[in-house]
Amino acid sequence: MSADLALLGPILAAMLAAATPLLFAALGELVVEKSGVLNLGVEGMMLVGAVCGFAVTAQTGSSTLGFAMGAAAGAGMAALFGVLTLLLLANQVATGLALTLFGVGLSALIGQGFVGIPIPDVPELNIPGLTDLPVIGKALFGQDALVYLGLAMVPAVHWFLYGSRRGLILRAVGENHAAAHALGYKVVRIRFLAVLFGGAMSGIAGAYLSLDYTPMWAEGITAGRGWIALALVVFATWKPGRVLLGAWLFGGVTIAQLHVQGLGIDIPSQLLSMLPYLATVVVLVLISRDVTRIRLNAPASLGKIFHPDA
Amino acid sequence: MGKTLMGLAAGAAVLALGVGAADAQDKMKVGFVYVGPVSDHGYSYQHDQGRLAVEKELGDKVTTTFVENVPEGADAERVIEQLASSGHKLIFTTSFGFMNPTLKVAQRHPDVKFEHATGYKRAANVATYSARFYEGRTVIGQIAGKMTKSNIIGYIGSFPIPEVVSGINAFTLAMREVNPKAEVRVVWVNSWYDPGKEAEAAKALIDQGADVISLHTDSPAAIQVAQERGLYVFGQSSDMTRFGPKAHLTAIVDDWRSYYVDRVKAALDGTWKSQDTWGGFKDHMLFLAPYNPALPADIVAAAEKTRTDIMEGKRHSFQGPVKDQSGKVVIPEGKSATDEQILKMDWYVEGVQGKVPK
Repeated sequence: MSADLALLGPILAAMLAAATPLLFAALGELVVEKSGVLNLGVEGMMLVGAVCGFAVTAQTGSSTLGFAMGAAAGAGMAALFGVLTLLLLANQVATGLALTLFGVGLSALIGQGFVGIPIPDVPELNIPGLTDLPVIGKALFGQDALVYLGLAMVPAVHWFLYGSRRGLILRAVGENHAAAHALGYKVVRIRFLAVLFGGAMSGIAGAYLSLDYTPMWAEGITAGRGWIALALVVFATWKPGRVLLGAWLFGGVTIAQLHVQGLGIDIPSQLLSMLPYLATVVVLVLISRDVTRIRLNAPASLGKIFHPDA
Repeated sequence: MGKTLMGLAAGAAVLALGVGAADAQDKMKVGFVYVGPVSDHGYSYQHDQGRLAVEKELGDKVTTTFVENVPEGADAERVIEQLASSGHKLIFTTSFGFMNPTLKVAQRHPDVKFEHATGYKRAANVATYSARFYEGRTVIGQIAGKMTKSNIIGYIGSFPIPEVVSGINAFTLAMREVNPKAEVRVVWVNSWYDPGKEAEAAKALIDQGADVISLHTDSPAAIQVAQERGLYVFGQSSDMTRFGPKAHLTAIVDDWRSYYVDRVKAALDGTWKSQDTWGGFKDHMLFLAPYNPALPADIVAAAEKTRTDIMEGKRHSFQGPVKDQSGKVVIPEGKSATDEQILKMDWYVEGVQGKVPK
């Protein structure tokens, strides 16, 4: 039993790191969806952010520049999405999916020259005394900057949405864009800005994977995390705090199942690999049993095209 | 999804090449199907080195095409069919999971010859080939046994197929020979190439106390993790030193060059026959990457002796007595495992934690 307790610390630490890309992408998508836009292109934006961030870091040696570039690249893809869906009024679902495919291919193309190139490490926090605390030491005080930034984004997003005037307007646009428009708010501009934010967050999430989590570029390095992030937004019924819980659940189960295998516990590895996805689906099903709750929490204008003259 | 797109694009490219090469009719077309990207700097990269060797030596008589990132399954059949229908006369399908798709396409194209890597089903026009990777595992298992201080070795497995399981067993047998207290813990990532999962698996194993990592997956992610944590690791399929110069002890490097050149020559002069080739150190189908200079000289000397012993037939990776996890003697003293036994291996030897997933 003491062996299992001793593993709790590393599992917690790894869980926080594994949850970080999901957290960034899901928080970004949450803001986008709160404004009424459904952006399914998260996976593509993460990949483009990952490859562009990696390219810049490989050439300049600076991780900070890399993350900045990752955010910019994600925002760039998101701008494309914004133009297509908000200005040209294309169908949001189809455009998002198309952008995912585009992002996957574009990132593979850009990344061709960068495979197998090593880059400098992102340093981890190390406070003597605090970092060595049992169980929680590494998890709370031994992570690198992006993990802490991700955690900080949760109250930041919450404050923005529920404690600031701009957030109130954004939510209003998401609930009833016709009424917001009648009140004189610039619906398209607000949504475009939200979409850019979502893209930047996805870009950072991707850059975290290629610069920090596994410092390398490989095609498809996100391995479906963008889709999980999309599911997490619904899982969290569009609340930032619950996004954090969802990210922890998914990340935690992913890490825990590897440890279960390593300990030699006799559960088929294929079943264990399915567990994170199963856990997410189970919780989604449990939440969806209460249809009213979903309907109450989902932004009422989610996915609907805004016609200013209608 | 990205792989599908790449496959589609590559399929279109192959078609285009087929049409464009119509005037080069005297050159035989040879196709290669890879499960991962050539840029994996591992398994598929080494196959591509084989293809490049063919081009270098026989470039005046053959043209080669390759399709990378082909997922095992229905997509594979489509890609192989594409190659077969566009005039390729010899096609190398380089992953275990391409076995059934290859056979299906081979049935429809009796005039096309197929070479399937790491599989076990043959036909009149389908040959199989593989390298005795387990011989390499014996050498690195011995090194691991001597280098570990925690007596826990982490092993990242891809799929629980006999090739991987026999590798684990060969590794463990050699490890226990020099260090009876050491044990191997296996984590399966159910993929040949997934850097994120491989890194997570490496971290989990290290957190459980492993200080040497061995892997049977194709990306260098675990090398980086080991380097970051100041531990040791063995590269897979190709020399992965640059991803972790301090951590990388050595690697089993696949070498398909001479085999591919031989087989293309045989296809060219009509002596090609369906056969099974399973070559090891002595047939130059695998070799070891340069040893890390930090390895103590006596360990390197012992490793080299093991390698040459295997090459000269003085030592077999599965020489008896070999006990399974329950203590039962599966291979008695004085005998070695037959090829059949190795190809069907689905049990662990003593010293491996856990059970083989079914």
